[in-house]
Amino acid sequence: MIESKNLNLYYGQYHALKDISLSMPPKSVTALIGPSGCGKSTFLRTLNRMNDLIPGVRIDGDVLIDGKDIYKDKKMDIDVLRKNVGMVFQKANPFPKSIFENVAYGLRVNGVRDESFIKERVEKSLKQAALWGEVKDVLKKSALALSGGQQQRLCIARALAVEPHVLLMDEPASALDPISTSKIEELIHELKRDFTIAIVTHNMQQAARVSDYTAFFYLGELVELDETKAIFINPKKEQTQNYITGRFG
Amino acid sequence: MKKIFEKAAHAVLFTSSTVSIITVLLIILFLFREGVGLFGKKPIEDGQVLLVNKLNPVSKLTSDELKNIFDQEYTNWRKVGGTNDSILLFRIDDIFNYYTEEELAGIDTNIQLLNEKVSELVGKQIGMVAFISKTQLVLNNKVKIIEVEPVSVSGFFGGELWFPTSQPAAQFGVLPLLLGTLWVSLLAILIALPFGLATAVYMAEIARPSVRSMLKPVVELLAGIPSVVYGFFGLIVIVPLVQQLFNLPVGETGLAGSIVLAIMALPTIITVAEDSIRNTPRSMKEASLALGATHWQTIYRVIIPYASSGITAAVILGIGRAIGETMAVLMVTGNAAIIPHTILQPMRTIPATIAAELGEAAKGGMHYKALFALGCILFLITMLVNITVEFISGGKRIKR
Repeated sequence: MIESKNLNLYYGQYHALKDISLSMPPKSVTALIGPSGCGKSTFLRTLNRMNDLIPGVRIDGDVLIDGKDIYKDKKMDIDVLRKNVGMVFQKANPFPKSIFENVAYGLRVNGVRDESFIKERVEKSLKQAALWGEVKDVLKKSALALSGGQQQRLCIARALAVEPHVLLMDEPASALDPISTSKIEELIHELKRDFTIAIVTHNMQQAARVSDYTAFFYLGELVELDETKAIFINPKKEQTQNYITGRFG
Repeated sequence: MKKIFEKAAHAVLFTSSTVSIITVLLIILFLFREGVGLFGKKPIEDGQVLLVNKLNPVSKLTSDELKNIFDQEYTNWRKVGGTNDSILLFRIDDIFNYYTEEELAGIDTNIQLLNEKVSELVGKQIGMVAFISKTQLVLNNKVKIIEVEPVSVSGFFGGELWFPTSQPAAQFGVLPLLLGTLWVSLLAILIALPFGLATAVYMAEIARPSVRSMLKPVVELLAGIPSVVYGFFGLIVIVPLVQQLFNLPVGETGLAGSIVLAIMALPTIITVAEDSIRNTPRSMKEASLALGATHWQTIYRVIIPYASSGITAAVILGIGRAIGETMAVLMVTGNAAIIPHTILQPMRTIPATIAAELGEAAKGGMHYKALFALGCILFLITMLVNITVEFISGGKRIKR
């Protein structure tokens, strides 16, 4: 369960997120859509406190994940938060290490020493990410030798290996060809059974295909959040209507 | 009109680049021409010869053997492959021990007479070797001139003695200088690397932008201090410190040189390493942090491996700086041309040798040429260093 209440975010003077309140039910896919610069990626990155890295960012309001306020809870360990809230980035960013070591990385940094456990978990994660069949014989090869689509699935496997509860995906298929994209989308369908997924996408067909809920952001505000079907068939707000029919964006 | 201007601009650019490249090439050519001249020459002073008795079977000596003979380390001809006769040294002043003043009347002005007497003397004494002037030398049938082995490449690089002005034959063994240079430089890098890398990581990753913007100019300032000032600082501060710390008779040691060089190499290492650390893509850092890695884990598991080629380049550039450094090293290392056994000995580096000795070496002489040969070695080392840097930073980043 992800919940944000009156969340405001500023980049210096710039008010990037305005009073965002929404909730995402567990084991569902929520798509965040909206034109460029509307704050959807920024919102996604507040959920694992990735914006903390950017100098000059200020946040107020609450973000609750599994009932804990990730900004105000003093006992909140940011590394544990990020382990529980996995992230897949727009551009595949495997480490310049072997395929195996890429997936094992999250386990190693979280203190897992048991090699046989790591091996098991790497295999499981690669299977979950539908990549095992393609790479099982070349686990020692550099991850950079994989194709773009494979690299992105490797990044998903890497995120899954630490068994997060939530998976954040920031335009995970925007740099991929249609075949790789459809593989990722199938994957999201599969992963929904175990994870709560938030996905930012520019592609409205994709949002319609993969998500249960869709949130439409515009100029830093959450315009509308509803079941995907409702948003695409019968939006309540005119702005949403205009956007999904392609009148702006 | 515009076209003419374009053409003129091209011509100016072309000319100036050609001139500068040719200048550099000419300098290298000059360096090697002078340096190579050392080899194949006899390391004995011009116009001087060594005279022995004709019955002496030895006809050729190396400069090492000559040194031992004249230092009276060797006292029997057997040592150098001759007969069992003891060696009798003859220097020109010794002539009064053999002849009376009447016999030597007029010898001050008559070199021919002097030479005659010396030849006569050597002809009588089977174990005698005389080091005399070649001018108006008259050989009688009882003496012969002994040859000196010319300087060879292997003798130059493998020689353990550097006595460029010793009589009768100079010793050009570059090994002590080469080892001194390498010891001092490598230890300097060992000292500088941890500090430099730590500072680079701190500046690139941990320091707040305001702190960094203060640190950066300070580090660059460090690079701008003249090396003689570092040498002065080393002499006043580090040399006594080393002496006290290790309870040494003298503080001017390889270690003192290494410490001064380490300080001097720091700006290079810090600047280059920091650049390569900052060039690590943000996506790599984010990927690591998003998996629950701490900042420190991200630094040593992702950022440093990613920047490793840049860091290696930084280290090698630092070595290059250390190897070529002259003044500061000259001031603090003690400059003893002996093969080092510990870092707490005085040492002498190649650049320091050139700087210290070129002033007193006669132009065109053996010593002068030997110093140029040292220059060639230094050039080759630094060229190797630069090629390695090119190779590493141009190489692929993909590993494993």
